[in-house]
Amino acid sequence: MSAIEHIPEFSAPVDNGLLRFLTCGSVDDGKSTLIGRLLYDTKAILADTLHAIERTSQRRGMEAIDLSLLTDGLLAEREQGITIDVAYRYFSTGRRKYIIADAPGHEQYTRNMVTAASTANLAIILIDARKGVLTQTRRHSCLAHLVGIPHLLVAVNKMDLVGYDRNVFERICDEYRKFARQLGISDVRFIPLSALNGDMVVDRGDKLDWYQGPTLIDILESAPAAHSERDERFRFPVQYVCRPQKADDPLLHDYRGFMGRVESGEIAVGDEVVVLPSERRSRIKHIQLGGRSVSYALAEQSVTLLLDEEIDISRGDMIMRSCDEKSALVTRRIEAMLCWLSESPLDARRKYLIRQTTRESRGLLDGIAYRLDINSLEQVAADRIGMNDIVRVAFRLAHPLVVDRYSENRATGAFIVIDESTNDTVGAGMIL
Amino acid sequence: MTTLAPAPVRQTLDHLDWLEAEAIYILREVAGQCSNPALLFSGGKDSIVLLRLAEKAFRPGRFPFPLLHIDTGHNYSEVIDFRDARACELGERLIVRSVESSMARGTVRLKSSDESRNKHQSVTLLEAIDEFGFDACIGGARRDEEKARAKERIFSFRDEFGGWDPKNQRPELWDLLNARVHRGENIRAFPISNWTELDVWQYIARENLGLPPIYFAHTRPVVRRGGLLQPVTELTPVREGDAVELLRVRFRTVGDITCTAPVESEADTVAKIIAETATTTITERGATRLDDQASEAAMEQRKKEGYF
Repeated sequence: MSAIEHIPEFSAPVDNGLLRFLTCGSVDDGKSTLIGRLLYDTKAILADTLHAIERTSQRRGMEAIDLSLLTDGLLAEREQGITIDVAYRYFSTGRRKYIIADAPGHEQYTRNMVTAASTANLAIILIDARKGVLTQTRRHSCLAHLVGIPHLLVAVNKMDLVGYDRNVFERICDEYRKFARQLGISDVRFIPLSALNGDMVVDRGDKLDWYQGPTLIDILESAPAAHSERDERFRFPVQYVCRPQKADDPLLHDYRGFMGRVESGEIAVGDEVVVLPSERRSRIKHIQLGGRSVSYALAEQSVTLLLDEEIDISRGDMIMRSCDEKSALVTRRIEAMLCWLSESPLDARRKYLIRQTTRESRGLLDGIAYRLDINSLEQVAADRIGMNDIVRVAFRLAHPLVVDRYSENRATGAFIVIDESTNDTVGAGMIL
Repeated sequence: MTTLAPAPVRQTLDHLDWLEAEAIYILREVAGQCSNPALLFSGGKDSIVLLRLAEKAFRPGRFPFPLLHIDTGHNYSEVIDFRDARACELGERLIVRSVESSMARGTVRLKSSDESRNKHQSVTLLEAIDEFGFDACIGGARRDEEKARAKERIFSFRDEFGGWDPKNQRPELWDLLNARVHRGENIRAFPISNWTELDVWQYIARENLGLPPIYFAHTRPVVRRGGLLQPVTELTPVREGDAVELLRVRFRTVGDITCTAPVESEADTVAKIIAETATTTITERGATRLDDQASEAAMEQRKKEGYF
């Protein structure tokens, strides 16, 4: 490999990277209309798509274009008239690329919301200005908080239907703040808007002069990116080991590259590392990024690490800095908040497969502490775990996992539960 | 030993770097979890991007999968030439299976000789999966392409009939992908799920990737049908009453000749295509796919039958 280069090289003068956010609310809150409005006003909707929804709007006897049709995806759900799954939408402002996870608000779809929330860095919680804070609002906020979304944005929609009344907005904000404190949510912002008319979404409109804050798109443009807000410890789960062993190329004969993605923190050439759970030690000799040698690597970069001494490492091992060794836990028992995703309840007699980072272990339920009622936010006794239940549980494991608390590291604190008879993903856990 | 450069704090990746890193992560998960995957390579731009990502993911090693092309026999020769040259240049194994062989076997029967073979690729693909025992096929599909794809998983589960059941897909949380299958079932893996058409073009520009020449503006005889341009070829001859025009056109996708339409364009460089894409008013599939026009639900239907 040739000269060391510095990374990253920014390909555009202003590229604020990427933001993944979640929208939660029901069809009645105007969620689909809000997403449609964002796509429409940022010019992400193209002519033929627009014509298709125009035709459908006319067929359904509507006068204006129904922007909610833009997010109304599959035939199956259009027949039922409800959203049945998480849909992903894309738009870009030129300064930033956005991935929207559109989660249905329907009561039985806790699992969809948890799925959508798992990759989001910001959540928009929609409230209908006429209805205020509902049970559903609490449920959404509770789940967004549980899944560790760092930024919540409460959008009080349908302001046009309450005469753009400032008092209505402030009453809802007060009510929400009270209950957010109860949940321990600290970072929350509020915005009044009308998705239908486009007020305060991308354009300010002229009806909400009393609101001095930024528009929705301004908030999104300046929202912090993942991994940007606090110092993180380096975590590198090995995905794949590259051993070319090309007989005709002596340089590659002893090549052993440990491939993976930096899940958090950063690493530099020369850093002393430890591999867990084996506790073998070495030092970073080279870091390769897409075939180039670089001097350091950052969170979210997929790289290949080469080490000084030859030590045995395989998929599922975790490479960390030696100085951080004590910060992660190597354990054969985990306690977690678990969201059950499957229609078949958890069978406490069966062993399930636990997948955390690139590592797997069989696990057995080792007790249910309580079920969290996401409507009342109360902890209630539970002896079974069914679909959409959120429970505090423990698992005993056949092999040790290298874990962090989910509240400290979403990548190394999360796991999924796999049913080996169907290979289906049946549960999602967050380590406490 | 001191470090070569102090690691800066709180730097974030630009959007192409992020998408690239995610795609490499997905490719390595396929390699780490699946025992016998294949990468679908057609010579089209999305699969050309996949190959560059695979180079970045696995070099200096070889790809842990062969390349697989399902050839309808109705492809532009420029695209086939490009496909072969690129596979050769990479030194990777290319497997080609053709819809015509399936027709000869009788597993594909056309309603009429000029029927589009596009949807019949599903049969040939499933036959290839069966022949080689592939447990995963990596494809270049994107969620922004079409409504039915907006909910597609990154690892999409297909039953032993190759069918995609939108109601029976595995939840995907965080970046924990689950590729486990039983014998006969398989996974379709989509590393560029989160890319848009514009992202693909920006990446092609940044990486300086070569493309088949028909992606760039060229002069070609075409006729106008149903709001789209149809190229005049041996497979799509002039019909009575057609007015043939000689236009400057380019292809935005390069699928089966009988169902892939070019758009009018003067863009003869990647930079000009990006400028056009950024301001375009017609979605990629709407402008170019005669088969999706039939109904809004056309793609969903095809996928249920085992399409990519």
